[in-house]
Parts: sequence; C-alpha cells; structure tokens
Amino acid sequence: MKTGLDPIYKAIASVRLPGAKRWLLVGIALALVASYFSGQFNRYYLGVWMDCGINIILAVSLNLINGHTGQFSLGHAGFMSVGGYTAAKLSLVYSPSVPPEWHPVLLCAGLLLGGLASAVAGFLVGVPSLRLRGDYLAIVTLGFGEIIRVIFQNTEAVGAASGLSGIPKYTTLGWTFGVAAITIYVVAALVNSTYGRGFLAVSDDEVAASSMGINPTRYKVTAFVLGAFFAGIAGALYAHHKQTLTPTQFDFMKSIDIVVMVILGGMGRTGGVILAAIILTWMPEMLRGFADYRMIMYALLIIALMMLRPQGLFALNFKRKGGGAA
Amino acid sequence: MLEVLNLAVSYGSIKALHGITLQVPEKAIVTLIGANGAGKSTTLRAISGLVKSSHGSVKYDGQEINGMPAHKIVARGLCHVPEGRMVFANLTVEENLRMGAYLRRDAAGIREDLDYCFHVFPRLRERLSQLAGTLSGGEQQMLAIGRAVMSKPRCLMLDEPSLGIAPILVRNIFKQIVAINQERGITVLLVEQNANLALKISSFGYVLETGRVILENTAEALRDDPQVQAAYLGH
Repeated sequence: MKTGLDPIYKAIASVRLPGAKRWLLVGIALALVASYFSGQFNRYYLGVWMDCGINIILAVSLNLINGHTGQFSLGHAGFMSVGGYTAAKLSLVYSPSVPPEWHPVLLCAGLLLGGLASAVAGFLVGVPSLRLRGDYLAIVTLGFGEIIRVIFQNTEAVGAASGLSGIPKYTTLGWTFGVAAITIYVVAALVNSTYGRGFLAVSDDEVAASSMGINPTRYKVTAFVLGAFFAGIAGALYAHHKQTLTPTQFDFMKSIDIVVMVILGGMGRTGGVILAAIILTWMPEMLRGFADYRMIMYALLIIALMMLRPQGLFALNFKRKGGGAA
Repeated sequence: MLEVLNLAVSYGSIKALHGITLQVPEKAIVTLIGANGAGKSTTLRAISGLVKSSHGSVKYDGQEINGMPAHKIVARGLCHVPEGRMVFANLTVEENLRMGAYLRRDAAGIREDLDYCFHVFPRLRERLSQLAGTLSGGEQQMLAIGRAVMSKPRCLMLDEPSLGIAPILVRNIFKQIVAINQERGITVLLVEQNANLALKISSFGYVLETGRVILENTAEALRDDPQVQAAYLGH
C-alpha cells in the first residue's frame, strides 16, 4: 500500500490524534479559508455568520459559568459591553494615527484590552457575590449588568445615550471564527483537565468538593473571570463588526439571549451550545418573512423547543453519553 | 490524634452543640452514636470545617485546625465523607476516584491507591466508566469511601455509611471499613445510627444527646450498658 499519498495520510492522522487541539486547528483553518473567500459572499449572509461566531464565543464562555460550574449568571451582556466599549474607544482614538497595515494589530490590542477589562469586572463582581447561590446570584449579576449599562449611558466620554459610532470595521469572518475556535479550545481543554474536573465537581456538589480539598470559591471566581474575559473579547469583535455601540444593545435581553443558547444547547455540553448559538442567530433572520409576527414566532419556537427537549436540544458532548439527567 | 475540646455550634439562635469533648487515638475506630438531631453530623461538620463553630478547639496532630477552611483541613490528611454520600453524580466512577486524589501529585501512589480501592470494593472496578449518579445507594457509599481513601487520609470521618442501604451491603461496607483501618492504618471516626454494628467494629464510643456527650466508654462496655441497650440497641 505504498503510494505517493502516504505523507498526506500521515499528516491527516497526526492532525486527528490530539483531541481538542485537532478541533482548534480545524476551526482556525476553516475560519481562514472562509475569510479568504468572504469577498464573494453576500454581505448580508456574511454579517449574520459573523454574528454567529460572536454568539458562539458568548455562549461557550457563559457555558463555563452556567453549565460547567453550575452558577447562574445573568450578567454576560454587561461583561460584553465592558470589552466592547474598551476596544471601540481604543480604535477610535488610535486608528487615525496608525497606518492601515497595522490595523489588525490594533484590533488585537483591542481584543486583549477589552478582554482584560472585562475580566477585571468579572473579578470585582465575582468575589463578593459568589457566596450567593442560584436565584440570588442570578439577581446580583442581573443588577450588575444593569449598573454597567447605566454607567455607559451616563458617561460622556463614551457618547452617553447615543453611544459610540464610526468604529472602524476591523472584524472579519476569520477573526470571529478564529477567536471562537480558541474559546472552544480553551474551555474544552480546561474542563477536561484534571484541574478542570474541579469545575464539574463544584457544580455537582459543593460540600463534597470542599471535602476533597477543592476550594469552591476559587473555582467559581476563575470561571467568572475567564467567562468574562471571553465575553469582553466577543464584545470587542462585536464593536468592530456593528461599528456603532449604544448602551441599549447590552440590556437585560441580550443576557437572556445568551442564557437561552446555553440552556437550549444543554448545560455543560459544548457541542450543543455551539449549535444552539448558530441556530438561535439564524432563526430570527429566517423569520423575517413573518414581518410583525417575527418575535412572536421566535418566542413560540423557543417555548416549543424547551417543552420538547428540556434537557437541551443536542446531547452531543463527545465524551459524556447517557448523562441526560441533571 | 484528634482532640476536640468544648466544641460548640449554633445554627442561628439554635444551639446544636453545647460543648463536645472527645478524643480519637491514632489508628483506632471511634464511634459517635445517638438519636436523630443529637448533633453527631454537626460534630463532624464542625471538625472538618464545613460549619463554623462558635467556640471550642479542634486539635489535629497537636495543631489547632478549628476555623480553617474545609479544603485546607483535607490537605492535612483529615478527610470527611459527608452524610448522604454526595458523590459527583455527573462524573464517572473513575473520575470521582481521581477527584479524591485532587491534592496529590504522585502518579504512582495514585495508581496504587486506585488498585487498593478496587481490591476493597471490586464493584467499583465493574462500574468504572458509569456515571456515579446511576449507581445504587450502596455502590455510591462505596464510591464515597473509596474517593476519600484516594485522598490518602490519616484520619477518616464517616457520616452514617449505612444510611438507606440494603442490609447485606451494609455488613460488607463495615467489613471494608475495618479492613481500611487495619491495612492502611487509617484512623476512623464513625457516626452511625446503627449502634449495634458500629459498636462491634469500634474500640471506643461516645453517646450524644441533644448536643452533649452523655456517656463515653469502651465499645464493649457501652454494648453491655443497660441504658445504651434500652435506648440504642433495641434489647
């Protein structure tokens, strides 16, 4: 069976081997290929696919908090807005003075800075509020999200109620899906590591976890900080995709949208959450034909889905089978 | 090895423990018996740091551990198997056992203790890749004890290991507790409602009533005590 194709098979086999890393490589490669051809896509479809990529980042990072660690955060839109505003402000200030070939670097800096700012916010919210559980934590994070929005709404430096506009369009399909692939990889690799089993243990039973020597508070804060970091990056990509930011884009409903993606995908199931993010991004677009009734249809579909599959649509987690309960 | 002095715990305005004093010598099995609400579980939870005590002292290996957070106490080799088993339902049996070794870094030792767990509870090996939530009550208890053994404790606190388990499995589990105590030299502090069985395997016992120690003696003497027989042994 010696053929000239052997090296290619070997290359494919070697890409197949290392689990999560393979998905990372495949994801980034696909993102780059798609990005290369994106000039030929319909601009509308291109925009929706970029929304999909951003929503995947948001849903997968919220899944680390709500799914894997079993906390209930309703503040993801707040974290997203911190990253979005930080990166947008950075680009607005520096893009005129930076030569065009350096713009990707500027975006990169915006993503990192936005992510970090958001992570700091995650830490500040996380530490005091993680003594709370369930509904109480949900209410605190909800309040936090609203506070952030009101702060932006009243800060002249970021345009107050009219927001920021004229943000340069740096985000491409490659950026969104590339970052989405990295997010999925980081979350999956973390949760499947020995250290990361602690997240699942904390979500399963906090008392048992601490009697095994796990520090539940540290895990919860880590989940919050990391989740907020990626939400901030998603916000930065969002800012450079929509080109305008207003505080109302990050209201309570945005947080709910992301929570719905996580619940519909199945808490803690990365594969399902990704698919749910894509479907829930496309669904309202497909329903445009229903004009005024669009959002009613959307809501009805979600109700129907939840009634038919309360455990989440897609039990697609590659490893865990038969764990439908809880 | 474990010295508890005047330990008191309150839940809000309700006093659950009114100053408990007890001692657990190294490599012994010591039992706390008592009716529901006597404060047995609270005593264990206060020792392991899961609830805060209002005053008193807990000395482990001569060092004060009262007031330390639970995860730091585990790191010192004092492991608590909480009541109601509390296995990680969404992790497999193997992942649960490995979770027990969370604080350990010696791969060879972990491997060896894993084999030891399977030697003590062969059922766990058969269920290795099954989710812990799908195990029977008895199997979950075995898993909870096995997981505790994986943390390489020097002292093990077991809270009601017989709770809601078929009698035939209970006898087996108690046999294995003795085996773990003897083969591994692990000190055991046992809380049990099944006083009969508990006093058979232990050397010393304390009887708790409404948050106080009302009686303490060797297990043998307690078994012959008419007061204990009438109240807890059903003679």
